Amino acid sequence: MLDQEWAIILARIQFAFTVSFHFIFPAFSIGLASFLAVLEGLWLKTGEGVYANLYRYWLKIFAVVFAMGVVSGIVMSYQFGTNWSVFSDKAGPVIGPLMAYEVLTAFFLEAGFLGVMLFGINKVGRKLHFVATLAVALGTFVSAFWILSVNSWMQTPVGYEMGANGQFLPGDSWLTIIFNPSFPFRLVHTVLAAYLTTAFAVGAVGAFHLLNDHRNPGARKMFSMAMWMAAIVAPLQVVAGDFHGINTLEHQPAKVMAMEGHYDSHPDGAPLILFGIPNSKEKRVDYAIQIPKASSLILKHDLNEPLAGLDTIPDQDEPPVPIVFWSFRIMVGLGIGMVGIGLWSLIARARKKLYDWPWLHRAALAMGPSGFIAVLAGWVTTEVGRQPFTIYGVLRTSQSASPLDAPAVAVSLLAFVVVYFAVFGMGIWYITRLMKKPPEAHEKPLDDAPIRSSGITPVMAVLEGSSS
Amino acid sequence: MIDLTVIWAGIIGFAIIAYVVMDGFDLGIGILFPFFKVGKDRDTAMNSIAPVWDGNETWLVMGVGGLLAAFPLAYAIILPALYAPMIAMLLGLIFRGVAFEFRWRDPAHQAFWDKAFTTGSIIATFAQGVALGALLQGISVTGRAYSGGWWEWLSPFSLITGVGLLVGYALLGACWLNWKTEGGLQRQAVTYAGRLGIALLVMITIISLGTLTLEAKYYERWLSFPSIIATAQVPLASIIVTFLFYRSLSQKKDAQPFMWALALFGLCLVGLGVSIWPDIIPARVTIWEAAAPHRSQVFMLVGAAIMIPIILAYTAWSYWVFRGKVGAEGYH
Ligand code: HDD
Ligand code: HEM
Ligand code: HEM
Repeated sequence: MLDQEWAIILARIQFAFTVSFHFIFPAFSIGLASFLAVLEGLWLKTGEGVYANLYRYWLKIFAVVFAMGVVSGIVMSYQFGTNWSVFSDKAGPVIGPLMAYEVLTAFFLEAGFLGVMLFGINKVGRKLHFVATLAVALGTFVSAFWILSVNSWMQTPVGYEMGANGQFLPGDSWLTIIFNPSFPFRLVHTVLAAYLTTAFAVGAVGAFHLLNDHRNPGARKMFSMAMWMAAIVAPLQVVAGDFHGINTLEHQPAKVMAMEGHYDSHPDGAPLILFGIPNSKEKRVDYAIQIPKASSLILKHDLNEPLAGLDTIPDQDEPPVPIVFWSFRIMVGLGIGMVGIGLWSLIARARKKLYDWPWLHRAALAMGPSGFIAVLAGWVTTEVGRQPFTIYGVLRTSQSASPLDAPAVAVSLLAFVVVYFAVFGMGIWYITRLMKKPPEAHEKPLDDAPIRSSGITPVMAVLEGSSS
Repeated sequence: MIDLTVIWAGIIGFAIIAYVVMDGFDLGIGILFPFFKVGKDRDTAMNSIAPVWDGNETWLVMGVGGLLAAFPLAYAIILPALYAPMIAMLLGLIFRGVAFEFRWRDPAHQAFWDKAFTTGSIIATFAQGVALGALLQGISVTGRAYSGGWWEWLSPFSLITGVGLLVGYALLGACWLNWKTEGGLQRQAVTYAGRLGIALLVMITIISLGTLTLEAKYYERWLSFPSIIATAQVPLASIIVTFLFYRSLSQKKDAQPFMWALALFGLCLVGLGVSIWPDIIPARVTIWEAAAPHRSQVFMLVGAAIMIPIILAYTAWSYWVFRGKVGAEGYH
């Protein structure tokens, strides 16, 4: 039925849109929460005012990011039901409990301590306030843990039995389900991604202010911290990504074929296609620039290992190649760029030019959004690459959707698009405005903050008093 | 043998009560917001909830997440059936959620974000009320799926429940401000609480009578002998609670009116439970038909039994941290 097909396509677009928007914020808040914890910890330990200043500076940004993460996340917990009700009915017994654990162990923790983190320092004292910051940071990580377990189970489903009513029922070990084969890789890769995203955002803000005033101590400190992260974590991320890819090759070979653009099988060593234009009609990559046998080297760690191509996969089980192919290259390209910046910063450090090398600062500024783009590109690779299934190999996307009329989904999609761009667009603009202000020696409690007028004394005010 | 399904129905019920108890008043403040003077009064009203709203709203996620986990079939039927109100609620929550931050970040547009705060709160509340009414009046189910159209939720009854919830949350908001503020704002809140209390009683009466006409089962539950001896306690208790509410209000108590208003809400929820038990989708699907398999229930129960007390403890702690009045000079 045509209407039904449209309804499904619209529901997919809606899900992809809302989850992509959502993930932008957690990617930042997972990293920022840890960064804030480190700043506060260093401040408690050393008593240096610069850390307290940076804490205040980034806390304002964190509050805005977090609020957007929460409201867009609440949408997600309803999207499964509104748009994928058949999927929810069938997979609920397995993924539902994992998501319930996320609520119980992560969301409450974050939300419960956020108020104290933002407004409570003079009520609870520094130590307890630090505990609140740590609790929020821990909460963001635990949240990623559970939701990635859910997502990974959908990618590599194990440990279940099929019920007579068509439901996926948990087998006797929940640990098998939670620690499904792709989960450890996805967790490591995604958490590193969140740290990198934050590092490059923080680094860009530092670089921006260094370009204006290379003596600003706050800008120096944040730039230096961000560049350490870039230098250490970016290479780790490349390694983690490689392992992730090898794991995917084992469990979802069709996805890797699409990422690599391998329409054909290569019995004696597959080439690595750097660029080219996937042509799904003719089942070949046009204008390919390739390195012979390098793909086998990366994926099999041997030049001559055979690699199967999409010709071994039935047509109705193939993911859409061009999207996966391109999004994968965007992610990897940015990853390599990040490694480059990390190396450059090490050179700058060795030459004692970290704070006065404008080209480095310009490059770091340009790379500011790179983490967000890489994260989204990575998820598009992951999610589009598992098509046409929602539960890989077992439940098709076309059999997962809600019995909705296309117009209903179309209207709600339109509403989401308009509201998200308007509201989150404003939010992102506020964030950039906050970032444009240089960190000051006595980072002020915001004159426009809640707080003064009402008297819930902000963290900033107290840190102010004790940071000289 | 204890029936896990019943326990899980209890936990979901608890999450819903916790949600209404905690988020009701902060939505209510959003509803009443335009009536407060621009400037200090509005800032104070907003700040009395700023540190806690996020935690409050998490109970909504708990409710829906718990539903998916413990009663996946119900989740899969209810959400498509309530598609439009649910999406409206989510969009409303977005506007009001970001307004907490945005109104301080952009003084030039504070008036706009204040409106967004109110509109979002009204839409979210109204949608929740409509959803409740739509569930009570019954939704079409065929096999394991919703089979009505995308407007089935719309009826005079569901619109009335929507209005009823607006009145109810506004009452909770007014009582909260009576508790947490001083001076002119507090006096204003007391006046509103008095009027909203009456309005809520009217709404409760209309909705209760309306409910009786919806399904034969509801009618029998409430009015047939001998069950009426038990069920009559709910309206009787409501009358007593209303009396205590007004008495505490006139005695100028701070916290008590809020507590009695909550009690009134609690009784409404008990009444709701009486009507629909043991169905999870009224008159269509029972909790046992919708229940997740035993293994899922056990696994989650371990988590819930450990975590819910911990959550309640630190939630209480964070309310304790922000105890007292929020005045011009701060929480004292
Ligand atoms: C800062 C972000 C970032 C960066 C620089 C990279 N990735 Fe990535 N990648 C992600 C962020 C990300 C992600 C958003 O976190 C994904 C989506 C789902 C997942 O597990 O991680 C992802 C998925 C993902 C997948 C898909 C796995 C699957 O779906 O089964 C592969 C194979 C890689 N990555 C490999 C790489 C390689 C080889 C990189 C090195 C250059 C790389 N990624 C850099
Ligand atoms: C970890 C949590 C996630 C879960 C459980 C999840 C689950 C799903 C589900 C159920 C669908 C719809 C069915 C389908 O079309 O396959 C989907 C599609 C999609 N998701 Fe995710 N997702 C998650 C995270 C993300 C993130 C963070 C992104 C960010 C970019 C993303 C991007 C997409 C895209 C682009 C699609 C559409 C694919 C298509 O329909 O072609 N997902 N995902
Ligand atoms: C479809 C999948 C997803 C659902 C249903 C979902 C649900 C939610 C919900 C309901 C919230 C708000 C919690 C609160 O009230 O405090 C939230 C926030 C959050 N989510 Fe998601 N989420 C999804 C995808 C993801 C992914 C892929 C990640 C990370 C890997 C993630 C990490 C977080 C984090 C860290 C937060 C809290 C911090 C913040 O709000 O920025 N979520 N999510």
